[in-house]
Amino acid sequence: MDQPAFSVKLLGSWADSHTHRVQLALKLKGLEFEYQEEDFINPSPALLLHNPVYKKVPALLHGGRSIVESVVILQYIDETWTDNPIMPADPFERAVTRFWCHFTDDKLAPAVGLVFSSSGEGQKAAVDQVHENLKLLERELKDGAFKGRRFFGGDKIGLLDIVLGCGSYWLAVFEEVMEVKLIDPESFPVFHAWLRDFEEQQEVKETIPAIDRLLEYARGIRQMMLSLSNSSSSSINNAAASSG
Amino acid sequence: MADQPKEVKLYGHGFSGYCTMVNSALKLKGVAFEYVEEDLQNKSEALLSLNPVYKKVPVLVVDGEPIAESLVILQYIDDVWKNPPLLPEDPYQRAKVRFWADYVYQKLVPPVYRIRTSEGDARKKAEEEFRANMITLEDGIREELWSAGGSFINGEKPGLLDVIMGSCHTGLKYLEDVAGVKLVEKDRTPLLCSCMEAFVELDVVKGP
Repeated sequence: MDQPAFSVKLLGSWADSHTHRVQLALKLKGLEFEYQEEDFINPSPALLLHNPVYKKVPALLHGGRSIVESVVILQYIDETWTDNPIMPADPFERAVTRFWCHFTDDKLAPAVGLVFSSSGEGQKAAVDQVHENLKLLERELKDGAFKGRRFFGGDKIGLLDIVLGCGSYWLAVFEEVMEVKLIDPESFPVFHAWLRDFEEQQEVKETIPAIDRLLEYARGIRQMMLSLSNSSSSSINNAAASSG
Repeated sequence: MADQPKEVKLYGHGFSGYCTMVNSALKLKGVAFEYVEEDLQNKSEALLSLNPVYKKVPVLVVDGEPIAESLVILQYIDDVWKNPPLLPEDPYQRAKVRFWADYVYQKLVPPVYRIRTSEGDARKKAEEEFRANMITLEDGIREELWSAGGSFINGEKPGLLDVIMGSCHTGLKYLEDVAGVKLVEKDRTPLLCSCMEAFVELDVVKGP
């Protein structure tokens, strides 16, 4: 049941990058909200009620109605509370933003997840895939649609920064846990600089968990995956997806 | 409000449902555009340089600048050419349309791909999954979006979901013939059937 004091409630999980996207957007808009922690493995009745299709976090509850899927939620937030816009006004810019959001969730995130859930030759191939994807983003930042900008959104963080940034911290975490090179500053100088600037923003620091907690979490999941190495690929992919 | 583009060009392929979506949306909005048919077995240099990330159709080129990915293109078209609107005004309604549009790509497209490319039990499973997900889509739209009136999900006139589903109609019928299996069930998904059938009857869709 909705609390009378809050009209916005977020069902999320502390280590879930899609939850962080929504938390960050709400903070950037200066919106107060109630937060309810959910367990991936055991979704609460509330989560099952509000996201019956996917049964996953995040779910935003506003005025008794629910919105799910992080990029859908971000646009809902932007269109409902119109101060401090996170989407650009220009239609072509909006299309470019949406395209690279799609790319992030369709290509980059699964490749990063695969680095985490695989080993040996499979992992090497996944690392190469991550590099290929980062090269495309590096090129856009250096010479393409985002040339000369501090953030994808311009001088301030926008929707694409939120989508890409909330998840990019896993690159550094996986580098340490898996002992692979994912985001070396020499190969990806502009992306690296963008990520550093993003992570320095006050609202971002308040949203993303401390790296020690993320490292401990990632090590735990990796151990579990390795000990279940004969398990079906779907449970491994679920764990990878939940952390990437 | 941004200036309207001067030159609009669509790279597409006749048998691609995604290209039909973009083609139809442009026609519904009365946009003048040039169409370039691509040979998907022998993609042009132009296409490969316009869509280096995915190397696929459709690509909409607007005053020389490319936009790829059908759902991105459809929302762009709706942002630039306002009438008739494909998305509702209200942010919650818009969120619901976006959610179900994304559902089509996440939950209907993959089983169709598996129906086309697999055999035996794997194919049967994909067929069952497709039918079940169509029912989820139907029920979800009925509960969250639809108000009775008109043949379309959007009412009297087609909206984004009608463009998406309607553009898949021909491909689904073809797949049913080739695979010899019923994928679209009128008694289980009457609203989806009505919107697809009404969509392919629209003058802008039937026409040249």
